Amino acid sequence: MILSRVLLRRHSVLPGFDIALGFTLLYLALIVLVPLSAAFLKTFSGGWAQFWEAVSAPRVVASYRLTFGASLAAAVVNSFFGLVIAWVLVRYEFFGRRFVDALVDLPFALPTAVAGIALTALYSENGWIGQWLKPLGLKVSFTPLGVFVALTFIGLPFVVRTLQPVLEDLAAELEEAAATLGASRWQTFTRVIFPVLTPALLTGFALAFARALGEYGSVIFIAGNLPMVSEITPLLIITKLEQYDYVGATSIAVVMLIASFVLLLGINALQAWSRRRQGGA
Amino acid sequence: MSALSRCQDSLSRLREGAGVRVEAVNEPSPRPSPAGGRGSEAEGIAPPSLRRATEEPAWVRRSLIAVALLFLALFLFVPLAAVFYEALKKGAGVALAAITEPDALSAIRLTLLTALVSVPLNLVFGVAAAWCIAKFDFRGKNVLLTLIDLPFSVSPVIAGLIYVLVFGLQGWFGEWLRDHDLKVIFAVPGIVMATVFITFPFIARELIPLMQAQGQEQEEAARVLGASGWQIFWRVTLPNVKWALLYGVILCNARAMGEFGAVSVVSGHIRGQTNTVPLHIEILYNEYQFAAAFAVASLLAGLALVTLVLKFIVERRVLQQMRVATQAGEQAS
Repeated sequence: MILSRVLLRRHSVLPGFDIALGFTLLYLALIVLVPLSAAFLKTFSGGWAQFWEAVSAPRVVASYRLTFGASLAAAVVNSFFGLVIAWVLVRYEFFGRRFVDALVDLPFALPTAVAGIALTALYSENGWIGQWLKPLGLKVSFTPLGVFVALTFIGLPFVVRTLQPVLEDLAAELEEAAATLGASRWQTFTRVIFPVLTPALLTGFALAFARALGEYGSVIFIAGNLPMVSEITPLLIITKLEQYDYVGATSIAVVMLIASFVLLLGINALQAWSRRRQGGA
Repeated sequence: MSALSRCQDSLSRLREGAGVRVEAVNEPSPRPSPAGGRGSEAEGIAPPSLRRATEEPAWVRRSLIAVALLFLALFLFVPLAAVFYEALKKGAGVALAAITEPDALSAIRLTLLTALVSVPLNLVFGVAAAWCIAKFDFRGKNVLLTLIDLPFSVSPVIAGLIYVLVFGLQGWFGEWLRDHDLKVIFAVPGIVMATVFITFPFIARELIPLMQAQGQEQEEAARVLGASGWQIFWRVTLPNVKWALLYGVILCNARAMGEFGAVSVVSGHIRGQTNTVPLHIEILYNEYQFAAAFAVASLLAGLALVTLVLKFIVERRVLQQMRVATQAGEQAS
């Protein structure tokens, strides 16, 4: 009864508010909030100096560089190809379009460990793809390039699925107006369509980037996990944990958590912008 | 607010928008109307191929389709095919043996058990959260929505780590649990909890937008007619959201059965006891039993395909329910 008296803005005839909200909050606290707060409390139990030492060790910094760098590269590549794929799926009719559309969600549905071993097999030196890259001097499996490939796989649907609805909603009148005013198709795209897509494209980019930062399962098989070279930050957390270095593991985790939360805020802002842009278009 | 949820969000907007795309311009008549004496001459000439002002030239269209398909084939289709190919490379017998050996079977059992516990838990939570968020107007709703999305933005490894910090030997409840002879970390309860965390928002994220679009008029009418809370839920709300609910369950289940990172941290990898299917694949792979690893992996790849098919079927129904809800909303306002 207390919840409804304190929180409800408007009285409702419907029953169940107290019990539903009470259960929601309890479950949220038990599953998410309390365990997450444990990470922050544990980190600072060791003091600032210990925290700083853990998060700034050369091996850890190298892992940040790889994780953030490969995630960024994968998100950029996904933004480009994701735009092309979303465009093709929304605008063109071709044989197998619906099949392809459904397949785009595969990285969401395929367990990451399966994706990991499949990509490793494909890109190893005698794999289907790796054997063609070898003569070119490109080694993918067990190198940072492999990390990039796995993160590209993981991130693709985010860009496509964020762009698709915006492309669907794009007002045809704008393009027609541009055409009647003498714009070429390319000019219409760069000056009329692309600006409308920008917020959604940035959102998709940020979502793919955020997902890639935390990714573990698909990466560890293909990365080779050499310290300082191809070791991602989530793996380092597990390594520290296995050495019973709880403060070390948690300190790195807190750095990653803060990065994800900042991204989360950024994504929220981007989405608000995107909605305003769409509403205005 | 992660990624997936955002995409779900966008998807639901896509569903709304799908019905209203207006055809651009009327097809221009391919031939000029015969005016004066030149009509008969024009008849003989093949009509110039015209395209709409809002369409790209055919060569651009074709190359864009080619680029898109090539990228998808290379990054999505080929890896999927590789799983099945590698699984069957040494023959179906080897694959079958790998799937039916005792450790694999116990991993399958544990994975099913984990999904069987975590999906219903998150289902109850999803319904409760959607009920209060969609049907009531209260302070702090946006904060609550953000918090529900939180697990999506946490790395799976960190999701596992935080449970170790709470329930591990060095953790908050470690000593108490040890004294009472209870094991959470490196045991089944920890695996279930980490999975619940990872799949926490899936069902809520599907239900909330739909129930918000549907509003509360129908439930209020039922209430005025004397229905009890349960009657309202079972007879009014549930039929209205059943497809979205199923959609959420499908996504939640796929992730619960396939989760690797979080479970890997809390499991302890005890063969035959705390190994889920994804962890079993990792062990086989690290022991260079590639054929066996891919055979077990093909089970999960099969699950992913089933998920995609179900998703494809159910998505349309959700779209339909969403469209009905938004149309009703527009008429009401």
